[in-house]
Amino acid sequence: MKGRVTFALIASALMVFGGYAALYIAPDEKTMHAIQRIFYFHVPNGICSFIAFFIVFIANFAYLATRRPKWDWLGVAGAEVGVACSTIVLITGPIWAHPVWGIWWTWDARLTSTFVLWLLYTAYLLLRGFLDDPQRKAMFSAVFGIFAFLDVPLVYFSNRLWRTQHPQPVILGGANSGLDPTMGKVLLLCWVAVACIMAIAIADRYRLERLRYEYEELRFEVESRGTDARTQVEERR
Amino acid sequence: MTTARAAAILLSKELRLEFRTRELLTTTIVFALVVVVLFSFAFEPTTAESRRYGPGLLWIAFLFAGSLMLNPSFAREQSNDTLDALRMAPISPFAILLGKMLANFIFLAIAEAILVPVFGVLYNVSFVAVAGRLIFVLALGTLGLVVTGTVFSSISAHARMRELLLPLLLLPILTPLLIASVEATARLLTDPPELDRTWVAFLAGFDIVFMTASWLLSDYLVEE
Repeated sequence: MKGRVTFALIASALMVFGGYAALYIAPDEKTMHAIQRIFYFHVPNGICSFIAFFIVFIANFAYLATRRPKWDWLGVAGAEVGVACSTIVLITGPIWAHPVWGIWWTWDARLTSTFVLWLLYTAYLLLRGFLDDPQRKAMFSAVFGIFAFLDVPLVYFSNRLWRTQHPQPVILGGANSGLDPTMGKVLLLCWVAVACIMAIAIADRYRLERLRYEYEELRFEVESRGTDARTQVEERR
Repeated sequence: MTTARAAAILLSKELRLEFRTRELLTTTIVFALVVVVLFSFAFEPTTAESRRYGPGLLWIAFLFAGSLMLNPSFAREQSNDTLDALRMAPISPFAILLGKMLANFIFLAIAEAILVPVFGVLYNVSFVAVAGRLIFVLALGTLGLVVTGTVFSSISAHARMRELLLPLLLLPILTPLLIASVEATARLLTDPPELDRTWVAFLAGFDIVFMTASWLLSDYLVEE
């Protein structure tokens, strides 16, 4: 408990410092000026959503292999946090695109892929809501999660072949790409801050799901005992 | 019993069941026709525009019709608990899926065989010159649709609001398939028509990936 509070405090401090660094320390971008600073928030969330979805895939795979409910808890935790992160990406993206590209949205490979990814994992969460039996819920959502994950590269490549407009990767994008060293450091700081918050959210959601599972188990046990007692009473009559 | 033989037996059972009533086929075909007719009210396309947007419209109609049609595939096994009987049979779980996939493929192919000529007549687009290549593209696209669709139908059959849920699960997964099928079909309508190798290979890849995944995961899907 104490460790979690400390970690949360560290993450908040990092986030505050990251926000300050993104606004005041990072140098002004040559052509885009202030609006470029949203990049320090947009990119870390994008990376974190991919990490979260990858965690979902690992959890789904592990659940099918072991059938231990803890992997299902991790799966739902990862999916919710991943959807939250990619929602932020999908909101901050257009805020940046409108002044820079002159349009809010375009059907470019990365934008479309992120949007489809968001739809896929929202469907994953919806599916869980519609399945009542806990074991079935865990197993079917794990199967769906694996299908969704396999779909991600296909979505990306089909859109890539189709059309693309998003800025090419700046950091590892080839000869003429590259980031100002200060910008790079600020981005790293912001990424660490967002990643810490993501880790806290996943851990908390995992705990919540475990509690919910234990509660369901207990309730089921109480109810079945109640029925047994009732039948016994009736039999005695 | 080999998987292929078990799947063939299940396929014949699915076909017999369907051709007794033809409920699924008629509703699917009529639904797809409604979509095609509504297109003309919504866009009033000229012949050139029909050539441009036709492939997209056709595939949207197939996707929607498919997501409607695939629903009962597993759901109708539930009313008499017949899925339990299938599970008890000494056959691999994949055979059950495969039999249903083949049956759904045939149903959707019949619907497409009716819909494509009707579309051609209504919008003045001729498919005659490219019939062979078009059938090839349609087959690849339809295979991907029914493979994922049948798997998700086995999932949504156990859920509440399954009629709403299946399109929600299926359509986002199918976006790459939609892009590839539409592009490949559109290439067949250009002058001169050509079979786009990249998109055809992509469609084949999609089919292989999800066929393999459903083969590997079939134990979990058909289990209790």
